[in-house]
Amino acid sequence: MAANVDQIFVHLMQMMVDRVPDAVAPWVRAAVGVGAVLGLFGLLFGLTTVCERKGIARMQNRLGPNRVGPFGFLQFAADGIKSLTKEDVVPRSADRVVHYLAPLALLTPVVLTFLVLPFGRNMVLMHVDTGLLFFFAAGASTELAVFMAGWSSRNKYSLLGAMRAIAQMISYELPFILSTVGVVMIAGTLSTVGIVESQAARPGEWLARWNLFTPWGLAAFLLFLIAAFAEANRSPFDLPEGESEIVAGYFIEYSGFKFALFFMAEYLGMFASSGMAVTLFLGGWTAPVAALDWIPSWLWFFGKLLALIALFIWVRGTTPRLRMDQLMDFAWKFMLPLALLILPVVAVWHYLGGGWRGWLFCTPVLAAAYVLLGRALVGRRRIQRRVYRYAGEGVAS
Amino acid sequence: MLTLDADGKQGGGGGVDRRFEVLPAGVESNGEGGSLLEISMGPQHPSTHGVFRMDVVLDGETVVRLKPVFGYLHRNHEKIAENASYLAAMPYTDRLDYFCSLTNNWAYALAVEKLAGLQVPERAEFLRVITAELTRLQNHVCLAGFLMQDMGASGTPLMYGFREREKILDLFESLTGARMMCNYMRFGGCRTDAPPGWLEEARGVVDRFPRFLDEFENLLSGNEIMMARTQGVGVLTRELAVSASVTGPVLRACGVDYDLRKVDGYGIYPRFHFRVPLGDHGDTYDRYMIRILEMRESLAILRQALDQIPEGPVIDPKAKLRGFRPKPGEAYGRIEAPKGELGFYLISDGTANPYRYRVRPPSLINLTVLEDLCLGHNVADTVTILGSIDIVLGEVDR
Amino acid sequence: MLGVGIIKGLAETGRNFIGSYFDRDRLVTVEYPEQRVPLRENFRQFPFLVHDGQDAAIGLRCVACQICEKECPPQCIYIEKSKDKKPDHLGKPQFFPAVFNIDISVCMSCQICVEVCPFDAIKMDQDFELSTADRFGGLLLGKTQLARPNTHFQRIHPREAAEIDTRRADERQKAEAKAKADAEAKAKAAAAAAAGTAAATTTAAVDAAKPVGARPAPTTVPGPASARALPGAGAGTVPAAPSEPGGQV
Repeated sequence: MAANVDQIFVHLMQMMVDRVPDAVAPWVRAAVGVGAVLGLFGLLFGLTTVCERKGIARMQNRLGPNRVGPFGFLQFAADGIKSLTKEDVVPRSADRVVHYLAPLALLTPVVLTFLVLPFGRNMVLMHVDTGLLFFFAAGASTELAVFMAGWSSRNKYSLLGAMRAIAQMISYELPFILSTVGVVMIAGTLSTVGIVESQAARPGEWLARWNLFTPWGLAAFLLFLIAAFAEANRSPFDLPEGESEIVAGYFIEYSGFKFALFFMAEYLGMFASSGMAVTLFLGGWTAPVAALDWIPSWLWFFGKLLALIALFIWVRGTTPRLRMDQLMDFAWKFMLPLALLILPVVAVWHYLGGGWRGWLFCTPVLAAAYVLLGRALVGRRRIQRRVYRYAGEGVAS
Repeated sequence: MLTLDADGKQGGGGGVDRRFEVLPAGVESNGEGGSLLEISMGPQHPSTHGVFRMDVVLDGETVVRLKPVFGYLHRNHEKIAENASYLAAMPYTDRLDYFCSLTNNWAYALAVEKLAGLQVPERAEFLRVITAELTRLQNHVCLAGFLMQDMGASGTPLMYGFREREKILDLFESLTGARMMCNYMRFGGCRTDAPPGWLEEARGVVDRFPRFLDEFENLLSGNEIMMARTQGVGVLTRELAVSASVTGPVLRACGVDYDLRKVDGYGIYPRFHFRVPLGDHGDTYDRYMIRILEMRESLAILRQALDQIPEGPVIDPKAKLRGFRPKPGEAYGRIEAPKGELGFYLISDGTANPYRYRVRPPSLINLTVLEDLCLGHNVADTVTILGSIDIVLGEVDR
Repeated sequence: MLGVGIIKGLAETGRNFIGSYFDRDRLVTVEYPEQRVPLRENFRQFPFLVHDGQDAAIGLRCVACQICEKECPPQCIYIEKSKDKKPDHLGKPQFFPAVFNIDISVCMSCQICVEVCPFDAIKMDQDFELSTADRFGGLLLGKTQLARPNTHFQRIHPREAAEIDTRRADERQKAEAKAKADAEAKAKAAAAAAAGTAAATTTAAVDAAKPVGARPAPTTVPGPASARALPGAGAGTVPAAPSEPGGQV
């Protein structure tokens, strides 16, 4: 029974494909799969925007949207209709073709990255051996679209935003990719499905072998997550759109549905990065303990995905934004050395075969590196809490 | 460095880089083969705190020049007041710094009282101190919130600040009838006495306030991003601050001990025990922290005032509401408003309206140092520096 | 260590997130059209004119002295004085406003008109839901729109209204007492004077100055002028027996 529920979508797909001639079967399989993923993540995008607004509102002691539909959950539909019916303004001096293409060029690669995410057992749209490579290749091409948008708008703010976006995305691409190399070294494959399977519990073990449960995995997970924040232009790395500084950054001159597409691409990018974080470090669709294997694999995947998205929202509700030079410092002077250090640490871990000896070696090395790099980053600028004095008195707290 | 010939055009010298010549007309070179970018930030910009414009010239993202442009909100306040009776100017003072109407009222009332030689009853003095310190609290929480908003904190600290401000505004509403445009003080006292139960309610708000401050500090004061964004940014030197006659928390953040509540001791402030926090760096972080610490001192004043407030009348019986004609003379009344020294200078010629009415607005005078603070910093820093100066355009433009 | 401040901040927002579901002190928002915060007694919005009794045409306290018009800082009040007079609550003949307009798009709710009014005739209303599609006419309120009964004032500002009502009742009592004393003095004078010849004129004067509604203490005024001053008041006139001793002579 449990296995049936687990494979329900796979069976449904199989039933559909069986009813059509063999010649069109691959096309049907692709169309249905892509349609399902697009529909699902489109809906998830809508619900996430509502949840984000409600969640942040609650963090800010407000109620948030609560008028459209039950508990305001249809707000996204109202917003969608609004953006569809809004006037589509294109500045007179803008490069119209590039201006038109930019949102599409941004959305397409983001959607492509979903091809290689395993949503459950036997549930991946495109099973390729170089899935991880495909993911990063597709994801990296969004930078072009961002620059297209910023440049074609002929607006000074959008130009600044595009400049920031390019610098930020390229800088964070490095730790983003490097932090995953350790996983590849341990799993021995670039296939996302293979990586997930390598993290499942072996027969007889009670605990799964998630990469998160290792010291280097934890460090790499945090690095990956921080880089994912930056890649998705989410707070505290939302400089390219930095609302209070450059108004809306590279999409300042977009209105109506094109604006909504940018918004959508940002969220889908966030889902893709979160999905990849789940795949690489949180064991994909596997259960954390073998005893919970009866829960369908896709529930595990989406549960973890939603938990990560909640984290994204939580961080957004809390932190102020970094400045450009600090962002660069953080990428090049903190994340990159740490990501590079993880590689030899993983090698040693692999050599030692994990276990208590691995822990004994890896943990202090990584912790020391974290503390030292952090201190170097903060200490050079003498950033610290201060003690204040009062007039006519000595130093008080 | 950039060389300009007599026409203000580029180059002239033989050693000029050829690349300069490709720049289109009106575009300035940065002297290194690139061009400067001139951006007009505002008047429609999310972080200019009103209708304020900064003409910023950027080299990359670094500010090379900055020109503050204001006057979009000019309402002719001084001339209106000169053509209206003394009393009729009072509600207009509410609209100067619309966050702190009660301190504006007080400064104006103080000037007129000096002019006419009116005495303020004891209870009215206490009510003035209580309302002024509550005003300071709500101004500073909003400032801290707006500052974080400028740093991109999604409005969370701002909403916490507004949540607390709301409780204080409720107090104002039940005392004066309006939340922001209070129009409460009168020459020789206050308009009405506190309604029954008001002082207890105020005490409740004051008692709950430290919990909020602790939360706020937990959220932000130790936050690495916040510290990195503010420390060492927009350093105002003591000399510049004094020579530009900057006042208020911005001045005290540079380490100058100048608080009119101590210096002038106007009203009944000498009776209260409170301290004046001073910063040593004069950067944005100090300006923020000084305000947080000042709020704690304000709470100390409020506790003392609420404990000691006596019974009695709230307005000088000799004070006339209508037909108020002070004898000829002049007076300058100033107080420590939340934003700095707020002064009203009045000349009376014996008629029912002032001959000259002049406001010394702290926001405007503190704003004059903006360019000095911003040069060499990023665009992102200009908005936080502007936020930390704490301006209200109603007072800047008047 | 790097990151501690951010984790503290996350804990704080998390606490507020959870707290907003349990702690009334944290979730201060109300859902406005359905839920309302009770208004504070002192809350003020725009001015209104108080009238005694149910009929605004009779009971308006305003005597068109135009002090508020003069003192209003943004000059949003426009008053036209009536040509004739009608008795006020003390029975004294007073002018009344033929036109009384307040442009609430100009009014800044400063309450100075209320403070300077010597007749407690203008007070601040608490009605704030005044949005209108008519930008000019809809925001220019005339006398009939501004008039509200004293009961309304008692409802929105109970403390102040009670104070004013007591004071006005005292004034009225004093005026009555004075009127009585005056009347007695006059009666004596009348008795001393030659009777008979004056009887006709006195009766006419009393008829014209019959008390209006519940208002006691009429005073003697020239008959024809008074009758013209109250064209609409005739219906409310109580056909009481002449109370003045002079009439019985």
